[in-house]
Amino acid sequence: MIAVVNYGMGNLRSVQKAFEHVGAKAVIVDRPEDIDAADRVVLPGVGAFGDAMNNLKTEGLIAPIVRAISEGRPFLGICLGLQLMFAESEEMGQHRGLDILPGKVKRFPEGQRVPQIGWNEVRIQRETALLDGVPDRSYFYFVHSFFVASERDEDVVGVTDYGIDYASIAGNDRAFGVQFHPEKSQDAGLKILKNFAEKV
Amino acid sequence: MLARRIIPCLDVKNGRNVRGVKFSADKDAGDPIELAKRYDAEGADELVFYDITASAEKRDIVAELVRRVSEEVFIPFTVGGGVRTYYDIRTIIEGGAEKASINSAAIHTPEIITQGAESFGSQAIVGSIDAIRRSNPDQIEDVCWEVVINGGRTYTGRDALEWAEELVDLGAGELVLNSIDADGTKDGYDIELNRMVAERVDVPIVASGGAGGPEDMYAVLSEGKASAALAASIFHYSQYSIVEVKTYLAERGVPVRPKIEIDLT
Repeated sequence: MIAVVNYGMGNLRSVQKAFEHVGAKAVIVDRPEDIDAADRVVLPGVGAFGDAMNNLKTEGLIAPIVRAISEGRPFLGICLGLQLMFAESEEMGQHRGLDILPGKVKRFPEGQRVPQIGWNEVRIQRETALLDGVPDRSYFYFVHSFFVASERDEDVVGVTDYGIDYASIAGNDRAFGVQFHPEKSQDAGLKILKNFAEKV
Repeated sequence: MLARRIIPCLDVKNGRNVRGVKFSADKDAGDPIELAKRYDAEGADELVFYDITASAEKRDIVAELVRRVSEEVFIPFTVGGGVRTYYDIRTIIEGGAEKASINSAAIHTPEIITQGAESFGSQAIVGSIDAIRRSNPDQIEDVCWEVVINGGRTYTGRDALEWAEELVDLGAGELVLNSIDADGTKDGYDIELNRMVAERVDVPIVASGGAGGPEDMYAVLSEGKASAALAASIFHYSQYSIVEVKTYLAERGVPVRPKIEIDLT
């Protein structure tokens, strides 16, 4: 079972429907024990980093998420979910993240329209089961004002150019995050969700 | 590089029929979901559903349409047409649409834009402007545009460029500019209108009204500085496919999302 974590940060229905469309069963959950019981965990989300961490903390969801990852159960962060995987964010003050990956969440530099909204390319940096059958330079649908600056090059799985090159897919082994919305990125996005459900 | 977007627009009545679709032996030709799936497969970057139902059940009909679309189509979509209240916006966004498009209601109750943006983010709130050309009383040579509402029946006396700025200040994350003069003519978009608004505001501009072919889309995405081009009839009547339009644009250096084949089985 894939657990899609609901912590009050946006609509999760599209993520659930997209998994169903590729033949995977996904359940929206909001209790720690549901995360502990899941084979795979998805952390979606849109909104502010600080609010998201507060909600996760209040609901007691941080420990089960970290536990799932440390036990090697496949994990996928989507959009804000990717950003939360990193150590800290400078979005409206300093906030601590889940600290699964070393690095920081930063705001796009001046000179670009923020948020970035629309379809942009991902240049694949290394092979991984998550991206099986996904062509290099496929386009995905993005909506975000902040990006992740990874400390370790080996955690950068995909790179996108929006004034600067930044990590649009990050992770290692079995815990990944994507900055774009795979559930709204047509076949390229659906393929990633299918890979996550079946191959990661 | 961020791609320019091609957006088919579907005017939907009672959640079941798309206006302006050619009748044929295929009984599903006018079904919004079937049409949406076709455009999705052809490489549409986004879809706009404009609900033209006028009945007491409107909100339920829209909710049902949004639910059906979000189960079948995995690209972003916008819903507009008679969006008047915060609850209308919530129905649309919580149902699975990316954006709600607000037109006449923003003139009457501008705070709906701010309320929507505060609850769902600016990216979820589209300000839609119907504009008609006027000769400018101050500068004889120049044109200006007046905002019209209620499907073009009511003149507001408001300057469209100023209204565009105000909508962005209120919280709109994107603007659709529909030229009433160009609408239905197939003579091309109002390039000047799009360019002048795009130079004034920082949010993406979606050009609407007047698309006759790929050359019009090229013009409004280059000279007109629009981020996206919306069209209805040229796609509904299969006059041009989205692939043809994108090929034309790509050959002229406009960044577009190419159609790719991915095996999902």
